[in-house]
Amino acid sequence: MVIGKIRVPLFCSLIIWAALWEVVGRSGASFIIPPLSAVFARIVEIVPTATFAEALWITGKAFLLGNAIAIAVGVPLGVIMGRSIIADRVFLPWVNLFLSAPLTALVPVIMVIFGLGETTIVMTVVLFAVWIIVLDARAGVRGISPSLVEMAQVFGANPWQAFGKIYIYAALPEILSGIRLGMIRAVKGVVIGQLLVSIIGFGRLFELYSSRFLMEHFWALLFVLFAFAFTLNEVLAWLERKVDYYAAARH
Amino acid sequence: MNAATAEAIPAEPRAIVEVEDVSKVYPGGTEALNHVSLDFPEGQLTTLLGPSGCGKTTLLKIIAGLIPATGGEVRVDGKVVTGPGPERAFVFQDFALMPWANVLRNVAFGLELRGVARSEREAVAESYIGQVGLKGFEKAYPHELSGGMRQRVGLARALTVNAKVLLMDEPFSAVDEQTRRKFQEDLLELVARERKTFLFVTHSIEEAVYVSDRIVLLSRRPSRVSQIVEPDIPRGDDPEAIRRDPAYIDTVEEIWQGLKKYLDEGV
Repeated sequence: MVIGKIRVPLFCSLIIWAALWEVVGRSGASFIIPPLSAVFARIVEIVPTATFAEALWITGKAFLLGNAIAIAVGVPLGVIMGRSIIADRVFLPWVNLFLSAPLTALVPVIMVIFGLGETTIVMTVVLFAVWIIVLDARAGVRGISPSLVEMAQVFGANPWQAFGKIYIYAALPEILSGIRLGMIRAVKGVVIGQLLVSIIGFGRLFELYSSRFLMEHFWALLFVLFAFAFTLNEVLAWLERKVDYYAAARH
Repeated sequence: MNAATAEAIPAEPRAIVEVEDVSKVYPGGTEALNHVSLDFPEGQLTTLLGPSGCGKTTLLKIIAGLIPATGGEVRVDGKVVTGPGPERAFVFQDFALMPWANVLRNVAFGLELRGVARSEREAVAESYIGQVGLKGFEKAYPHELSGGMRQRVGLARALTVNAKVLLMDEPFSAVDEQTRRKFQEDLLELVARERKTFLFVTHSIEEAVYVSDRIVLLSRRPSRVSQIVEPDIPRGDDPEAIRRDPAYIDTVEEIWQGLKKYLDEGV
């Protein structure tokens, strides 16, 4: 961003917004908006507590397990759909449907099936993350250069070898981008799941803070989650750029 | 290999690849090949030459077992082709290297798929990497190499599996002109040394005449064999001399006259 002749770093706009928030917070315009400095003070205060650690452990466990399942199911399914027209015809309508569906509405259904526990949260994470992973893995495999597929055939690769030694790697940039987008959705999934079940993890904390109007705590928790999602996104995007040349055969 | 073993090859070598009455109609009705029958003699370099889109690559891929023929059959070493097999290796126009693997792994990939132990397959690969002139680049990745060097990797990979028949689909077309000439010279040397059967597809008349023992001219789509030329050019020690040989120049001209009529019809 260039204003006048001076290059202004992008995070400067963040500073302006932060200052504005602080001013509005201090003016006491609304109890929903406490001063930003107070929120940051709360972050420092609540993060080391045992309650937070427990919530983080429960949430993190569900998040990681859900993502692991989503990747383990989504990537192979996407690869198969990318390679087989029949599989594509069978699964694609469902994948597209769930990708755009308001998944939050389905969480109560999961609750009925899996009960009010951690399994429900894990399944909610899977439900949110898996579809974009499938779709991106499929797109990656469809983008593999035909000659690379023919190369595998000519040199005698069986389907497992072709899958494990060629397709996965050649589609890796797209697969990683699917996993990245899936994880961002999974953050939503884990929070929504916990909010609806509302008795475990961060969901319980959110419920607790908002019902007692502890807005500083509420925002502090939200900021921690924002920071987490942002860091996750950046790390995966960096990884994605590192393997971008895997797709070089296509460019 | 010395001259004595070269002379031991009989004057009339057996046909290692037999194409019998092969037709190919693509879904949608495009007729690529129309009852093509051809023999490819063992130990020779035979070129399929023809105008763009004449189905020469289609024929090569049918022989490779990559696409099925609509009619007729192909036999390699007496066995009917139903898919790819270890007696055939392929060199791709766009190299088809794995960008995530270094030169050594790319070259050894055919053996890796066959389950050959790592140390063994890497020893074989290293020797062929040396033969194609890439010694010292074993740990390099394809995106760090020039087009010509990448195709050398593709060639080494095809040689490593020790197939009897090497199928080459316009291998030098994605390579710049200077590199291309050097490549053609190296190919002659390779044919003389390896005693394998080479099937070569190109649209360059000069290239075909320069490298081939036999040139099969294909007509426009749907392709038939229109003519078979056997250039009688002395292949001495000096690869440059071939390009100045009157027989070379005459053969290029003869083929050009033969192909020109298809171009005239096409216009």
